[in-house]
Formats: sequence, C-alpha cells, structure tokens
Amino acid sequence: MHITIVGNGVTGVSAALRLRELQPDWKITMISGESDYHYSRPALMYIFMGHMRYKDTKPYEDSFWDEQRIDLVRGWVTEIDAEGHSLQMHDGGAICYDRLLLATGAESNKFGWPGQDLVGVQGLYSLMDLKKLYANVEGASRGVIVGGGLIGIELAEMLHSRGIEVTLLVRESSYWDNVLPKEESELVTRQIRRAGMDLRLESELKEVLDDGHGRACGVLASKLGSATSERIDCSVVGLTAGVHPNTTLASGNGIECGRGILVDRTLKTHSPDIWAAGDCAEIENPGEELNWIQQVWYTGKAQGKLAAESMAGGTEAYDPGIWFNSAKFVDLEYQTYGQVGFRLPGEEHLLWQDEESSRLFRIVHVAGVVVGFNAMGMRWRHRVCERWIAEKWPVERVLADLKDAGFDPEFFTRFESEIASTMGRVGSGVRS
Amino acid sequence: MATKHPFAEYIEYEFKEEEAGFGVPYLVPDSQRTHKDGSAPGGDPIERVGAGLVVIGVVALLVQLVSGAMVGSWVGFSLSFGFPALGASLYFWAKYRHTAPGIKNDGLFFKGSTARGTIGWMVGVGLTTFYCLLYWYPEVLRDSGLVAITDPIAIALTGRPGDHWFVYGLLYTLCVGVFGIRMLMRYRHNRYHIVRTISVMFFQMAFGFLIPSLLKLIEEPEFYFTTFWPLNRYYLLPGENGMAWTATEAAGQVGVYMLLFAGAMTFLGTPILTYFYGKRWYCSWVCGCGGLAETLGDPYRHLSDKSTKAWKLERFLIYFVLAFIILVTAALWINHTRGGDVLGGYTYQVQKAYGFWIGSMFAGVAGVGFYPIFGSRVWCRFGCPQAAILGILQRVFSRFRITTNGGQCISCGNCSTYCEMGIDVRAYAQRGENIVRASCVGCGVCAAVCPRGVLKLENGSSVLLEERYTS
Repeated sequence: MHITIVGNGVTGVSAALRLRELQPDWKITMISGESDYHYSRPALMYIFMGHMRYKDTKPYEDSFWDEQRIDLVRGWVTEIDAEGHSLQMHDGGAICYDRLLLATGAESNKFGWPGQDLVGVQGLYSLMDLKKLYANVEGASRGVIVGGGLIGIELAEMLHSRGIEVTLLVRESSYWDNVLPKEESELVTRQIRRAGMDLRLESELKEVLDDGHGRACGVLASKLGSATSERIDCSVVGLTAGVHPNTTLASGNGIECGRGILVDRTLKTHSPDIWAAGDCAEIENPGEELNWIQQVWYTGKAQGKLAAESMAGGTEAYDPGIWFNSAKFVDLEYQTYGQVGFRLPGEEHLLWQDEESSRLFRIVHVAGVVVGFNAMGMRWRHRVCERWIAEKWPVERVLADLKDAGFDPEFFTRFESEIASTMGRVGSGVRS
Repeated sequence: MATKHPFAEYIEYEFKEEEAGFGVPYLVPDSQRTHKDGSAPGGDPIERVGAGLVVIGVVALLVQLVSGAMVGSWVGFSLSFGFPALGASLYFWAKYRHTAPGIKNDGLFFKGSTARGTIGWMVGVGLTTFYCLLYWYPEVLRDSGLVAITDPIAIALTGRPGDHWFVYGLLYTLCVGVFGIRMLMRYRHNRYHIVRTISVMFFQMAFGFLIPSLLKLIEEPEFYFTTFWPLNRYYLLPGENGMAWTATEAAGQVGVYMLLFAGAMTFLGTPILTYFYGKRWYCSWVCGCGGLAETLGDPYRHLSDKSTKAWKLERFLIYFVLAFIILVTAALWINHTRGGDVLGGYTYQVQKAYGFWIGSMFAGVAGVGFYPIFGSRVWCRFGCPQAAILGILQRVFSRFRITTNGGQCISCGNCSTYCEMGIDVRAYAQRGENIVRASCVGCGVCAAVCPRGVLKLENGSSVLLEERYTS
C-alpha cells in the first residue's frame, strides 16, 4: 500500500507519523513545494525577529525522516488523476498513490480591495510569505497591517522589532473583540498601544495605492461608515484578515469542495481513495448547523492523526473534543479552554482582574456549570481545565479546587485564592 | 503558457531554504527611528555614563600596566576594576530599564556578538587566552602588574598580596555580579529568574570569594563550602594532594569539620537535595561554574548544539570524566593506604593528567573560553563529574521534572533553542510528555521563552495532581 500525502505541515506530518505507527510496511510519500523538511509554521515570526534560525524551527532532525522511512518529495502537485491514482508534478514528474491525503493548508483572505495584488502586499502563512516579507521590508519605514487577529499582531511585532513603524487597521471597536470578551480585548488593545504601535480601531482599508510601477506605496484607510479616507504612506501592507482553506488543487481536479475540501467525519472526501485534513478541510456535520473548518495547530495535529487511522481502515469519527488555544500578544500571554465567546444561551461570566490589570481570569458557566475559562497574563493547566469542563463541574467546586489549575512558574505570586474568594462572593450574590 | 496557471505563484517559488537560510531582514537605522525599545532617541544618558566609566577603567588599567603608576594603590584598583564593574552594571540597568518587561531575544541570531560573528570570536579568543595565561603562564599576569593592581583588596581580604588565583576569583565574581544585573533586568518579569540569579550572585560573592578569602585572613584553610568531590576533587583526596592533609596535620580541628562537611555534602547532601529539587539546587542556584554560565554566559545560551550526535557525545564524555575521577581518587587512596608501594609515581602522573586535561583544558579553556562559540554550558554538559552524578540522581529518583501543559505546544522550538544544555525540549513537549533528562540544570528559561505557557518546572508536588486529572 502506498500512501501519498500532499503537504508537510503539522497535519501531513502527524498523519505520516501515525501511519508509520499503524502500518510499519506501507510506503509513505510526503510532498511539499514549500520546504524540504517540515518546519513549525507558528515559528515563522521568530525567524524574522532573530529569535531562531530557520533550522531551529524544524521539529525533527533531517535524518529522522529516513529513519521513519517516509519519503520526502520537494515539488508542487499540479494535477490529481483520481481515476488513475496519480499526481502530476510541476516539473513534469508523476507520483502514484493507492490512497491520498490532501493537507494543503490555508491561504490568507483577500476581500477584493483595489490594489491587493500589488508588490508589497502580502499575508503571513508560509515560507513563501516570509521570503516575500524579507524583500518587502527592504528600506521600509512603515507597514500597514489590515485585520486584527493572531497573525496581525505577530506581523506587527515582527516589523516593529526591525524598527519599522506599524499601523494596524482593525474593523472592530476593540482588538479581536469578535473572539475575545470585552475585558480581554481591552488588555490586548492596551498592550499593542503600549508597545508603540499605531492601532486604529473601527477602521478599514479602502485601497492599496500603486506607486506607478506595480508596487504598493501607501493605503487609503477610513473610519467605518465614513466617506472620507486618509492616506497612509507605507511600503509593506500585511493582509491578516483571517485565512481560508486552500482548495485550489482539489477543486481544480473535481474533488468536491465547499468553503474547504468537503470530508465526512472520518475525513474522507467524496472522491474515492482521497482524504483531506487540517486547515484545508471542511468537515461535514450532519445534524449540526455548521460544518467544521478548524484552523489551529492542535486541530491540524488531531485531524492528521485521525486521517491516518481512517486511511488505515479505521472508522472513528472526528471528535474535536474540548476547544482550547493559546497565544501571546506582544508580552501578554493568553490561554483559553472550552466555550468562551460562544454566546451560549443562559451563559454567565465571573471575571477577575488584578489591580494593575495585567492579569485576568474568566469563568463562563451556564446555570452554575462551568463551560469555559479565559486567562491572560497567567498560565493554567490544560488537563485540569479540560477535565472540569468535560465533567461539568459546578462553579463552587472549581473555585474550591482552583489551585489545582495554576501553572505559573515557581515564586510567582499565586492568585487562585484571591480569584476564588472574589468570584465566590460575586457568584453567590448573583445567584441568590 | 498564455493563461496564468493557478499555481504560477507557487511554482515560481524556488527558494532553497536549507542552503540559503533567511538571513537578516532590513533594520531601520537608529538615526531614522522615532522610537527605540521605548527609550528616547539616542539612548539613556545613564547608559552613556556607564559606557564611559568602562572606557575610563580600561584606559586606567592600560596606563597602570604600561607605566606602573598607581599600581598597588586603592586609587589604581578602584579605577581599573571598580569603574568597569560599576560602569557595566549601570549600562545594563539603563539599557533595559525602559524596555517593557518580557522576553528580549530580538535579533540575537543577527548580531555578531551573539551569533558567532566577529565580536563573538574575539570574545572567545580573549577568554581562551586569559585561561591559558592563568593556567600555564601565570608569570605573565604577575609580571605585567595585573596581580599587583589588586594588592590593596587582596591584603584587606586575605591579609597578604594577591596571586593570579586571587585576580581570577575577583574577576570571576565581578563578572557574575555585573552580568547578574544584566540577567535581572532582562528577566525582571519572571520571579523564578530573579530569585535564582540573586542566588548565584550571592553564592559566588559569599562562598566563592569572600569567605575563602577571610578564612585565609584568619589563617584557616581556604575552604570553599559550595564545592564538593568530585567537582572539587581535593576534598576527598588523600595525602599531600588533597584536603586530607589540612585535616590531619596543620589545620587542626577546623579542617576536620570542613572535611566532614565536604564529605557529608558529597554522600548525603547531594542525594537528598537532588531528590527534592533536582540537580538545579546546585547547578543553577549555587555552583560557581553554573553561576558564571547563567550570568556571563546568558548571551550565548542559544548556541548549544541540540543534535542527537551532540547528545551521544555528551553521554560518552561526561561519564568518561566521572569514571576518570573515580579511578584517580581510588588509585590515590589505594596508594596512600599502602604507603605508595602499589602504583608509585603513576598515581601522581594520573592525578596530574586529570588536572591538566579535565581541570584546566576542559573546565576552563574550553568550558568558559568557548562560551561565544558553543554556548555557555560546555563544561557543565560534557565534562563536569559533579553534574554527571547529579544527573544520574535526577534521572533515576528525583521528584523534579518539567511538566508539559497538555496539548498546548505548537512545536515552535523556542524551548530547545534557548536550552543552554542542548536538550531538545520540544521533542518531549510536542508529544505532551514531561521532561526528565539527566542534563537539565533547571534554569527555567525554556518555560520563560515558551509563547504558549506550556512548560513548568516542578518538584513533583503536582505529580499526584496530574495523575488525578489525566485518566
């Protein structure tokens, strides 16, 4: 049996390694046009900022792939012959497969802004983007970043670390407040401003200006709903208003796609012997309102692993488990567990912030049962928070055991008892 | 190819990241900047004062070495040793005080000083040269007048003029102090690093320098309470080669107590403390070598080799050195008890070989001299027999480990990159496994640089907790 995987990101790699565990004798080929070896996509920023070299972002030594007998192919797949079970490569070669996994990742969103394809305008997702950024910042004194999310702030930090002034255009009235509750969003907003970045809220991009040679030389930006726009001179424009599944290869070759490559809960596409997983996949979810498109690191890992099991004959359905994520906004760490910001019917919030408001902890509960936690400036134990949510612990019990979840380093001031007592007081007040 | 291929943009990308790397991105020149790390353009005036004091100090030192003027006076000493130490401390304080508290690794791999560039090599050659002079040509340090410059403080502390070892101890302590301040400013958002750095500064100043000096002053044996066998082999060596001599003859009662203490630390203190806290209680809190690595060595911690090859070499070398010192000790004792008729002069030769190859070449010249090339813990990782023993204890029965926080790891590699011991921390973290490695000195930098809050140093207080919550 020959398994071919398109894409060597975390999804492709997780699939390859799981397959090797399950099927020691199968032939596994992993194709990427982006890099010779798997590297950690979230580490792109650290290469640019000089925290790490490219080679430090590779999670496995180069010799590892030989040891695992995973064949690596560098090149772009341009066509899939689903009937003939073969892939056409950009350099004219062909690769056969018995079963195929598409792990082609995502692409940055572009919303049809005039000038969005000019030189100097880019997203930040891949090594190609990183390479572009090196070229685009040459001689730059200001960069404009459009869209506020995790990648937007990363890109802002990257430019800032090289002395380039940064303007962030964000449609929301507070940073990332479509995902973060108000207080968290305010903390992030303050972090960004304190770092010396020009954050413009309720602002949007109208147009990227052409310098006459096909290169960006500025943008026109305006306040939401305002007819007048302001010109901001800049030579690099970052488009970080989210990403969408990369379906170019799949949809161009007759594989059914919606917003992403459509797969069932075992990550099988509608075409025979082809699976898809990770950022590029849209998991059909009969009985639920929405299909799942999950584009964070751990879901890529989990989906890759499940796709491997499915390709090896498994029938287990994808279960995303209890949501979690984490990030760092300049110097402010953020962790989230469960359902925060999901606007569940009947949800209530308990919130604690320290005096300098550099730390925050939030519990979301429905009728006294915890459903989610948010933390900023503090670290919490994943397994503990997950267990509390999975086992539907009542708020009182969580508060009594709150110390179990603290994950801050030794000698750090512990706030669990203060949090518990503050929340306990408020909590009982609310309910009585 | 008239129509644009849907993959045109991808296919055009033919960059060879492995061979070419990504290089250094454009940096806006200082003169064109409106901000610089939060401080005013042109930098903090105190930063300049500090740098000025260092320059004055170096000039004063050169003048004294060349002309001999002021040598041996407090003025001469203060100018050439005090000014640079004070100036450098001020410089680091002022340099970091305007920056927001947080991780400060911007551009580390772009700077020659911290990425094996010209400055890095120059510092390496300078340090190596100093160690060569210290071990094999001390007369150069003496005849140049360097030793005599420190006479005032040497006389005050030890009651006699200094020698090259006194100069070394003084410089060592000043480096730990000055770069300790740098470390404190860089990690001032992190209490673990603040406490740990103050600890190494204190132990070096008090137990590595002042107490042994004052013991000399009151004519007691120059004893280092924070080094034990096998790192300090003398304390368990018999006869005139070792501390045993001090205990049995000239030093009297105090020497006996000192020996008892050293022996108790080797056989009781070390295992007990390591059981509770891991090897870090010594390596990154108390030890002088560790203290220098955690302060002067901090700018170089990311230069350690993380490859499996290096790990193999580490395991071979460190246990080889441990076996070597155990054999030397055993041979000397056998020879001693048999009145020198078993191995004769050979034991002396073996002990001398150990001193040259391990004590001087490995620990000093390579260990510290190569900081800017191979990172700050070359000796601690590849050579130190104390670390070998502590490591075995840590691996086999200590409660200490680094806990991985569930599934939060994004494999970015900051932890591995900044591990001074070259441990591939990420390899464990990305699998959700805890890290229990013999070489880990528990410096805690992996946990500090992790952008996702994944790692935590723990003494097993939460082992049961983890078990309770992971079914």
